Amino acid sequence: MGEKLEIMERMTRKEYSTRFRIPSGCAVFGVVNQKGMRFSGQTVLEGITMMHDRSNGLGGGFAAYGIYPRFAQEWAFHLIYEDRIAQQQAEDLLGQNFEILLSEEIPTDGSIRLDQPPLNYRYFLRCQKNMGKHEQDFIVNLVMNINSNIRGAFVVSSGKNMGIFKGVGYPEDIGRYYRIQEYEGYLWTSHGRFPTNSAGWWGGAHPFGLLNWSVVHNGEISSYGSNKRFVNDFGYKCTLSTDTEVIAYLFDLLVRREKIDLRLLHLILAAPLWEEIERLAPDIRKVVTALRTVYGPALLNGPFNIIIGHNDFMYALNDRIKLRPMVAARHQDYMYVSSEEAAIRKVCPSPSLVWRPEGGQPVIGRVSIPRKAKLNQKAGV
Amino acid sequence: MKKIYIKEEYCIGCRLCEIYCQVKHSKSKKIIKAFKTELDMVPMVTVEEIGHHSFAVQCRHCPDAPCVDACISGAMSKNEKSGVVTCDDQKCVGCWSCIMVCPYGVIKRKLGEKKIASKCDLCQDELEPVCVKNCPNEALVLAEEEEKDES
Amino acid sequence: MALKPRQTDFEVVRDQDKCISCQVCLRQCSNDVHEYDSDQDIIYSDNSQCVGCHRCESLCPTGAMKIKQSESEFRQNFNWSPAHIKNIYKQADSGGVLLTGMGADRPYPIYWDHILFNAAQVTNPSIDPLREPMEIKTFIGNKSDVVGVDIDQGETFNMKLKQDISPQLVLSTPILFSAMSFGSISFNACASLARAARQFGTFYNTGEGGMHKDLEIYASNTIVQVASGRFGVDIDYLKRAAAIEIKIGQGAKPGIGGHLPAEKVTEEVSNARMIPQGTDAISPAPHHDIYSIEDLMQLIYALKEATDYQKPVGVKVSAVHNVAPIASGIVRAGADFVTIDGLRGGTGAAPQAIRDNIGIPIELALASVDTRLREEGIRHKASVIAAGSIRSSADIVKAIALGADAVYIGSAALLALGCNLCQKCYTGKCNWGIATQDPYLTKRLNPNIGTRRLENLLRGWSLEIKEMLGGAGINAIESLRGNREHLRGIGIGEKELAVLGIKHAGEAW
Repeated sequence: MGEKLEIMERMTRKEYSTRFRIPSGCAVFGVVNQKGMRFSGQTVLEGITMMHDRSNGLGGGFAAYGIYPRFAQEWAFHLIYEDRIAQQQAEDLLGQNFEILLSEEIPTDGSIRLDQPPLNYRYFLRCQKNMGKHEQDFIVNLVMNINSNIRGAFVVSSGKNMGIFKGVGYPEDIGRYYRIQEYEGYLWTSHGRFPTNSAGWWGGAHPFGLLNWSVVHNGEISSYGSNKRFVNDFGYKCTLSTDTEVIAYLFDLLVRREKIDLRLLHLILAAPLWEEIERLAPDIRKVVTALRTVYGPALLNGPFNIIIGHNDFMYALNDRIKLRPMVAARHQDYMYVSSEEAAIRKVCPSPSLVWRPEGGQPVIGRVSIPRKAKLNQKAGV
Repeated sequence: MKKIYIKEEYCIGCRLCEIYCQVKHSKSKKIIKAFKTELDMVPMVTVEEIGHHSFAVQCRHCPDAPCVDACISGAMSKNEKSGVVTCDDQKCVGCWSCIMVCPYGVIKRKLGEKKIASKCDLCQDELEPVCVKNCPNEALVLAEEEEKDES
Repeated sequence: MALKPRQTDFEVVRDQDKCISCQVCLRQCSNDVHEYDSDQDIIYSDNSQCVGCHRCESLCPTGAMKIKQSESEFRQNFNWSPAHIKNIYKQADSGGVLLTGMGADRPYPIYWDHILFNAAQVTNPSIDPLREPMEIKTFIGNKSDVVGVDIDQGETFNMKLKQDISPQLVLSTPILFSAMSFGSISFNACASLARAARQFGTFYNTGEGGMHKDLEIYASNTIVQVASGRFGVDIDYLKRAAAIEIKIGQGAKPGIGGHLPAEKVTEEVSNARMIPQGTDAISPAPHHDIYSIEDLMQLIYALKEATDYQKPVGVKVSAVHNVAPIASGIVRAGADFVTIDGLRGGTGAAPQAIRDNIGIPIELALASVDTRLREEGIRHKASVIAAGSIRSSADIVKAIALGADAVYIGSAALLALGCNLCQKCYTGKCNWGIATQDPYLTKRLNPNIGTRRLENLLRGWSLEIKEMLGGAGINAIESLRGNREHLRGIGIGEKELAVLGIKHAGEAW
């Protein structure tokens, strides 16, 4: 223990906690209004709170979409800093690369007692020059640059009209600390963490975010090494040693860069068994075989239940032999995904449909915002 | 009936079939003791060899066995059920008619005091004849005629 | 005749109480070690001729024989080992290059034995392969294609591949049989490999021996080699094959060609190799049309053109110091797979000085090749096959976790066929009927038995691979590939850990 404390003194919390990969068990909860109607974070807060016992107070967090309609078209960055030097360096870098439209401390509730909260800032940014289709790659590189090169600084989220709020603590405390009940979004995901390692670092909590992606995850990816090396091939650096990080990069790579249709994604990430593939109709079999052959290293192995948040959809997936719990429900325009059914019933007592998705079968809740609402959003209403 | 078939392309000429056949039909049934003390042993299977070609031959248990027809004492008989041709030591008088008519030359004189014809009995009390069982290269197989080429 | 210092390697110990003078030993020895004295009814043995192949011992029906390392010792000397002394005696005698067979036999570190694999506990359930699916199906080929899919938006969700992906070899287990030519090994050995490959759903490799006409029926499980002598290569040979491998080098003899002496070029061998009977078959050290990487690229594409881009074309190289950049060049030259053959890889004949001193172990070569290909972002453009003394299923699991797509087994396959590693393959007197063309010896290997034994080995190893995967909470082999997080070094230094890209035992994730 003595040596550990000494190590922690010499290193920043980020450095200490990203040295190792930390397997963790967890609670996940996600809810989306598929018409794009925004609702308070109170719902997701109540849902995740139901599953208190699936966390151990070492991490909780929320991803919220649609919360910044005023800046819907700008990059919204959430950053945490372990000290003012880190903040200075990061802000210098942001200033060099962007027009900073707004920079502010993220409002928090000081009455919640938490373990060493870092400095929490958010920025609304506009690229100084038009980079066209390379803009997203530029953002990815910049985020990687800050996360790996600026000591004590970490980009929590880097999308548009979305934000991630996370920290070390039980999710209900983290939620109230960030006052998420005061935000309104149309898609929320949340996470309560039970890591098998006592390292507590705010950046290491879930959700993990990159661009518009957010990942919450319950499980342990036993294919981590293969997945990591695969995304490395395409320029992603796994600096955090976490499963969620590599999952986020896989989504970004497959969906954004390789343009894999969302409906085919599970055929890669939780590929069907070869014996199942053999039984498919010839044309489909050819497609599935090709996907599994080419993207074999992207197969996520080991137990997992992940919920991916994105501006346009919520995507939930269990590992192919369903080694972790996942329940989904639908009621009116709402779709829910949770580790446990009780959490859904807490916020929606009588859903019209409740089901347990099979292993490897995705649950996709697309958001189609009616045109009028979209126009309003653009106008910053 | 199941017979022993020869795969001459795999016979390596080691003659272990002969050795095990002798032990099986010895008094002691113990290999070292039999070879060191029972000097009257005759193998009922013989490895024929020329150059690198070799094969182990033993009684074919012919359907119309000439040895049975030729036997003057009724010692040689073919079991109607099993098809196995055997020689009854008690009845054999040692006239060697069987040896003279056997087209394969696989009936031998048993060494020892009494003149008796000796021939392969397919090791009826074993699951598999010992020559087949102990062939290190599966050059002998016990099979029905139609199965003999299946491996 | 001048006096020769004589040292025998082995001692034939015969227990006369057990020996029944049946002469099985005598008939089985192609080296004329045993002699029967009918007057005395005793068998005498000449130790000096014994190669230690243990054939007589294996067939002796009474267990009367034992082949031991010779107890006759040289005066102990810490510098001059008995091996050095004997070799000098032999060369002073013959004035020639000392030949040997099989793989390097020197006490270099074997890194497989310094690597430990992982298992899941608590946070991740281990999987029982006897009750749950466990997938080890493996694909060899280029995986850099874009998978374009047309999705039918109609009521029935149907889809179609826009364009086929690159050709792949599909293996039911990540194990292939190494290149061993007909000529260096017997027809029965080749037939055993071919049939076992067919029945188990994997592939064997012709080496530079051409394809015997009786083995053409196994063509769809055959990788054909194109080596520097181009023996047996014609358009039909290429078109029949499942894949083509250009052989640049071999782990046992990097930089050295091959020489099949005229006496082994029998009628059958001459037909398969398409050379005159009774002539030496000499494979040059280099390909004389490949003096650089761009020349290799031309050959790769010539072979692809010839076979209509329908089958993977790979390149085999020995693990030399510069193997990582060489492999990178090979991948960029368009190879669909790269075979790396390590220091301990076997051969039918090689100069002992070369076999024992040239090249690097496969573990280090594999790790550095995989790392280099990853660094350059081209790892997915080709499969990597590791070769050079894979001794067990555990070696395979470690090789795949280091980054191999599959492994080649050569020596292990021969061991399954009866080989005793006597290293005398080059004499053509193999008592086990493997490395010989002598009809008296070749029939000792019954391909029915050989096929069964090879299949058994593949089955046993595959089951063990599945057990190890399941223990680590992995149910598909692709999730093991390059997953070095599951490996730990034991008893090796920082530098070796760094090359292998693994942590030391005791270090957590």
